[in-house]
Amino acid sequence: MDKLFNSGVLTAERIETVIPPRDLWKTKKNGLVIIECPQRIPCNPCYESCPTGAILPFEDINDTPVVDYTKCIGCGRCVAKCPGLACFVADLTWGAENEALMKLPYEMLPKPEPGDEVVCLDRIGSEVSQGKVINITEPWEDSTMVVHVVVPKDRVMDIRNIKVVKNNAR
Amino acid sequence: MQTTEILVIGGGPAGLSAALEAASLGADVTVLDSDLKLGGQLIKQTHKFFGSKAEYAGTRGFEIANFLFDEIEKYKTLGKLKVFTNTTATGYYKEDGVVSYMVGEEKYGRIKPQKLVFATGAQERLIPFVNNDMPGVYGAGAIQTLMNVYGIVPGEKVLMIGAGNIGLIVSYQLMQAGIKIAGIVEAMPKIGGYWVHAAKIRRLGVPIYLQHTIKEALGNNVVEGAVIQEVNNCFQPVGDPMEVECDTICLAVGLTPTCELLWSAGCEMKFVPQLCGYVARRDPMMRTSHPDIWVAGDAAGIEEASAAMVEGRIAGLSAVASLNHVSQETFYDRSAEYHQRLENLRAGEVGEKIRSGLSCVCCKQWG
Ligand SMILES: Cc1cc2nc3c(=O)[nH]c(=O)nc-3n(C[C@H](O)[C@H](O)[C@H](O)COP(=O)(O)OP(=O)(O)OC[C@H]3O[C@@H](n4cnc5c(N)ncnc54)[C@H](O)[C@@H]3O)c2cc1C
Repeated sequence: MDKLFNSGVLTAERIETVIPPRDLWKTKKNGLVIIECPQRIPCNPCYESCPTGAILPFEDINDTPVVDYTKCIGCGRCVAKCPGLACFVADLTWGAENEALMKLPYEMLPKPEPGDEVVCLDRIGSEVSQGKVINITEPWEDSTMVVHVVVPKDRVMDIRNIKVVKNNAR
Repeated sequence: MQTTEILVIGGGPAGLSAALEAASLGADVTVLDSDLKLGGQLIKQTHKFFGSKAEYAGTRGFEIANFLFDEIEKYKTLGKLKVFTNTTATGYYKEDGVVSYMVGEEKYGRIKPQKLVFATGAQERLIPFVNNDMPGVYGAGAIQTLMNVYGIVPGEKVLMIGAGNIGLIVSYQLMQAGIKIAGIVEAMPKIGGYWVHAAKIRRLGVPIYLQHTIKEALGNNVVEGAVIQEVNNCFQPVGDPMEVECDTICLAVGLTPTCELLWSAGCEMKFVPQLCGYVARRDPMMRTSHPDIWVAGDAAGIEEASAAMVEGRIAGLSAVASLNHVSQETFYDRSAEYHQRLENLRAGEVGEKIRSGLSCVCCKQWG
């Protein structure tokens, strides 16, 4: 388990600590942020980018981010700003009962387009499910995209990436 | 012979920051850089930097270079700053303080500065394995230069050796260019780079082989594969060797400070493993044992561009102050600010190695 974590994969008990509070999450329109940043490093752009103060001020720039979920509006500005691509938003209120909307950071080619069916990947790049892209934003106009993708609700704590499959050439 | 008040050797983030600081205080500054383009490592960095706002965190490396270039242009227009690219400093003669340089590969010249800042950056390391001289084996810096400066991909499937920040980031950049990564091989039981950089690569499906090393590059005339093997905590091979298919092997196994000129200037040098090689002893203002010579950036110890820029500022400030161009007040204000910034950058766990390294080479003041 530790070896997996030491290679950059968030594992069991650590995953528990990044899950937003369930009750709030279930009803929060636009979703809440999940930040997977377990190592103390000198970095704070998530805090600087947060428009509502939901990411609490850093006493020491090496602190790992702490979120006040009551203030998070799921805007995804941190998703696009984090140099480590460690912020993700999941909106459990979106769509049908078994669906959720995820806002995932994306810096690869080809670019997805609204309407695209994509493959959703987990923390080691394995296929989890299909997903449907409904929107793509670029909050800071700096080539880091935030892809809004509809996913199975019960997989929001697994899905961390997408693979764009163009022309059915899989 | 040409003269200048302050000569900065190396136009990476450290050197440019030193030059800007010195020019902003009214000194007459000259910058030499070997490369065709200024910016050092920054112009190859397409990823967003870590750190704090003052050091442009969240901004891509090459864009940070552009901010520095804009400022450089400003002082060039004011006639305070001269920049010579494609110009390599080849020697420092301590008898008369003259620096010799080479323009391209044909023309030579000499310049006599009053004060000097060495910001020559770093060189890549190699590791021994069978066929490590075969075409297709690259250093990470070479791959970044080909790919991000010239737009040339080195191959189709790359095996990365080293899971420090450079290995992780260059792997990510290669994938952005559409190149496959066969895997990342790391001898330690843990990635050396930031965890989040590794997570980015892992979720793209790239395996990281911890406690593994490369034994051999396979192929006739060019790389066609590699043999890797697990190692134990004492780095002894264990288990069966494994063949990996790849056409490129990229070495990202560390950097070492570029310090030949500091040696020839007679600066007191010390081997400090935490700073990745021989480095000059220096005081808190980055002045070496030679009273006219300062160091900054990776040349003073392998660290980060964020710290390199602040060190450059400090070296520039101190060099100008030694020419009596700076009021005491400005000197103390700026110095305090820069040292505070460095302290913040180096405060946490990841700064521990740097702090312990610096404690071996920093002296309070030269006697
Ligand atoms: C892949 C990668 C990712 C990185 N990511 C980050 C990051 O996210 N955040 C961060 O803060 N840092 C990062 N860094 C580190 C950062 O790039 C370096 O620490 C920084 O560039 C060091 O600056 P420098 O000015 O000391 O040296 P360099 O940038 O190496 O510049 C040295 C310059 O000196 C010139 N030179 C050398 N010798 C001579 C000579 N004899 N005569 C004339 N010119 C000479 C060279 O041509 C070069 O232009 C990264 C580095 C790499 C390789």
